[in-house]
Amino acid sequence: MTTATSTEKAPAADSGSILLTLMKLRTFIALFAVIAFFSIFAPNFLSTANIILMSKHVALNAFLAMGMTFVIITGGIDLSVGSIVGLCGMVAGGLILNGIDLQIGYTMYFNVVEVCLITLVVGILIGAVNGLLITKLNVAPFIATLGTLYVARGFALLSSDGQTFPNLVGKPELATTGFGFLGSGRIIGLPVSIWILIVVALAAAYVAKYVPIGRQIFAVGGNERAARMSGIRVDRVKMFVYMFSGFCAAIVGIVISSELMASHPATGNSFELNAIAAAVLGGTSMSGGRGTIGGTIIGAFVIGILSDGLVMMGVSSFWQMVIKGIVIIVAVVVDQAQRRLQQQVTLMQLAKKG
Amino acid sequence: MVAETHDTILKLDDVTKVYSGIVAVKHASLELRRGAVNVLVGENGAGKSTLMRMIAGVEKPSLGRILLEGKEVEFNSPADAQKHGIGMVFQELNLFGNLSVAENIFATREITRGLRGIDHKAQVQKANQFLDKLDAGISAETMVEDLPIGQQQLVEIAKAISLDTRILILDEPTSALSAAEVDILFKVIGELKAQGVAIVYISHRLEELMRIGDYITVLRDGQITGQAMVKDIDTKWIVRSMIGSDAKDFAKPLDHKLGNEAFRAEDICLPRKTGGFAVDHLSISVRAGEVLGIYGLMGAGRSEFFECVIGQHAHSTGKIFVTGEEIAAKDTSTRIRKGLALIPEDRQREGLVQVLSIASNLTLASLEKFVKFGFHIAGDREQSAVKEQVRNLSIKAPNPDFDVTSMSGGNQQKVVIGKALMTNPKVLLMDEPSRGIDVGAKADVFRTMRKLAGEGLAILFSTSDLEEVMALSDRIAVMSNGKITTILDRADATEELIVKAASEGHKSAGHTSTREIA
Repeated sequence: MTTATSTEKAPAADSGSILLTLMKLRTFIALFAVIAFFSIFAPNFLSTANIILMSKHVALNAFLAMGMTFVIITGGIDLSVGSIVGLCGMVAGGLILNGIDLQIGYTMYFNVVEVCLITLVVGILIGAVNGLLITKLNVAPFIATLGTLYVARGFALLSSDGQTFPNLVGKPELATTGFGFLGSGRIIGLPVSIWILIVVALAAAYVAKYVPIGRQIFAVGGNERAARMSGIRVDRVKMFVYMFSGFCAAIVGIVISSELMASHPATGNSFELNAIAAAVLGGTSMSGGRGTIGGTIIGAFVIGILSDGLVMMGVSSFWQMVIKGIVIIVAVVVDQAQRRLQQQVTLMQLAKKG
Repeated sequence: MVAETHDTILKLDDVTKVYSGIVAVKHASLELRRGAVNVLVGENGAGKSTLMRMIAGVEKPSLGRILLEGKEVEFNSPADAQKHGIGMVFQELNLFGNLSVAENIFATREITRGLRGIDHKAQVQKANQFLDKLDAGISAETMVEDLPIGQQQLVEIAKAISLDTRILILDEPTSALSAAEVDILFKVIGELKAQGVAIVYISHRLEELMRIGDYITVLRDGQITGQAMVKDIDTKWIVRSMIGSDAKDFAKPLDHKLGNEAFRAEDICLPRKTGGFAVDHLSISVRAGEVLGIYGLMGAGRSEFFECVIGQHAHSTGKIFVTGEEIAAKDTSTRIRKGLALIPEDRQREGLVQVLSIASNLTLASLEKFVKFGFHIAGDREQSAVKEQVRNLSIKAPNPDFDVTSMSGGNQQKVVIGKALMTNPKVLLMDEPSRGIDVGAKADVFRTMRKLAGEGLAILFSTSDLEEVMALSDRIAVMSNGKITTILDRADATEELIVKAASEGHKSAGHTSTREIA
């Protein structure tokens, strides 16, 4: 939960109404509500082991949701992240297990760091393809990323003919060992994937607030035409968000393969929907222009804790889906209500001033 | 035709319309006569459209009554007004481009055959009748988006006629029509008049009004300043009533020397989708410290010219020079960096990012100035720059971190100006800078323009307000139909010359001799 609190922006303190403040903090309140609920009703919920396990689950979704947040803030959507997870997992697994056959009797192997870098580049490249389709060829983001969803998944399945790459321990003589560290290693008691999440989340929140491209992401989503007129290179901003989303998905692909020490081509199926849910739950507006990294991470925690807690309580997975759906809808309804209330308060303040 | 026998069909009795803080129409009384063309003139923002929107049921008057044939009526929606026989053709076309002409004409009142759904054949047949009446030469089965603008306008008129209207309001119906199409329209208006329809005709083209009108009403600043029979008056009378004598608060011109040439556009061309040119081989030059006013009617191509200069139209041609150096790059970012800045006409759509704060909007175009180490926005430097700009432009903002939409229109406009100024431009393009803002803010904006010119900026601003262009400009260029028809020094300019030049582009379509290089 360190990540959650450390990146949350301080809520604006200018609202006159208590209700409004409560509504603004709704994601926080939801988070505490699910934690309180499950610590009472789910046995062992608050044990350290369980919290760390849950955080690892949450982290996977949180990575995707961060990339998704930037994309949604620009007014787009990225449906391809789940497939990128699958493909990048296969790329990492394939490189460790089989290396690259150079066709001249030699096979090239890479060490784990190189494997990770290559995989990240693959993720970024797929994101770049999305970006090019959307900016240069004017394909609607929904369709462009739906297309890459299928293409990436297809390549993942082709890479092994649908088989799993098993047992990714690597061989010491090829210097390909150590892949498991990312998934099961720990630094000062915390899993490595959590550390990566903290670093990426802090970087993303910093970009959103203190780097020009962050401001430009909001501007493009808020009013693309005005952004263009102000000299913002809109295409470049869009390329960036889709590439960042691909980068985040590649991290998830690596982490999952490393946790399982195996790569399965169907990994990541429908992950994109969870990522969208987390972003929306965290206050990202689907119409663009609004959202925070902190909110998204809390959203990811709410969804993750909800599903893990329900599992621990023994609730059927069918009911879990129903509950998850309701939570998402309620979140958006409250979001809309807050916006209306906010407008009223602003108008009233204006009226008072005269 | 004996004009005196026209009886009143609709009467507006002392109506007032207030929008949040702005009075658009003040105590106006107006009578519309049956079987006559009732002409309405006034500058942009004088309140003509608001007045008509109240008659058409789009808006409700804040005060006052509407009397239809002597009985008080209340229109809650355009459909309400339609039921009473009032049809309006809006200046911006309200057509569904993805539907056929017939489907557009019969939208919301489709001819149906019970459960078998819409009777397309009957619709097309009936629609063709209406279109034939207009001599439009359009087939009712064509998609609306495939028609040129002029013909779309005719479809809109056919739609209004098909409603059996007793009162037909035409808001600048000829702004997109060719001379031949205008003749057809006037023929149709004549026929409708003979049938006893009351026509309300809004236009800026004075000679048209003189040709078609029976009764004329002039509006200025939401008030009616003149009412007469058209046969009793001349264009001079119209101009006088439109402009009035009481001066607005214009900043006094500061005396300063003009510098060297700061901006030159050569042969700027922008083809229109429907054929012809939106900007037609336009060349102009402005010196440092000079204010050039570009006067023109709606659709004259002023905004398009500015957009070409700032690099929003990739397929425009021509050369742009800033302080003698040609700017070859076509993208907006580079052009802004080279010293051009545009304050767009439509503040909400093109100027502001509504979700961002006042401060973020101000620095949006100049973020790179505050960047440290190549990526970090230095918050303190940004804040002090914002504060300075807020003070310089006297933006009344309680806190620059508030949403930009929490301020009044005038202050929002100042934010857009501030955003442009923070890029340190050498040439400032202002597209209708006083549109939709209150008097106080207008005065502030004008004062700022004077001050900036005094500091050596070259300013090009467009307006359709005669008084404004006369008072603020060092030189006046009049645009019409994509061309500059005349360029006048302030000393030589008269209102009549300007008004005349503003419609010249349509007459001399065949000649290119109107092209002028300043």
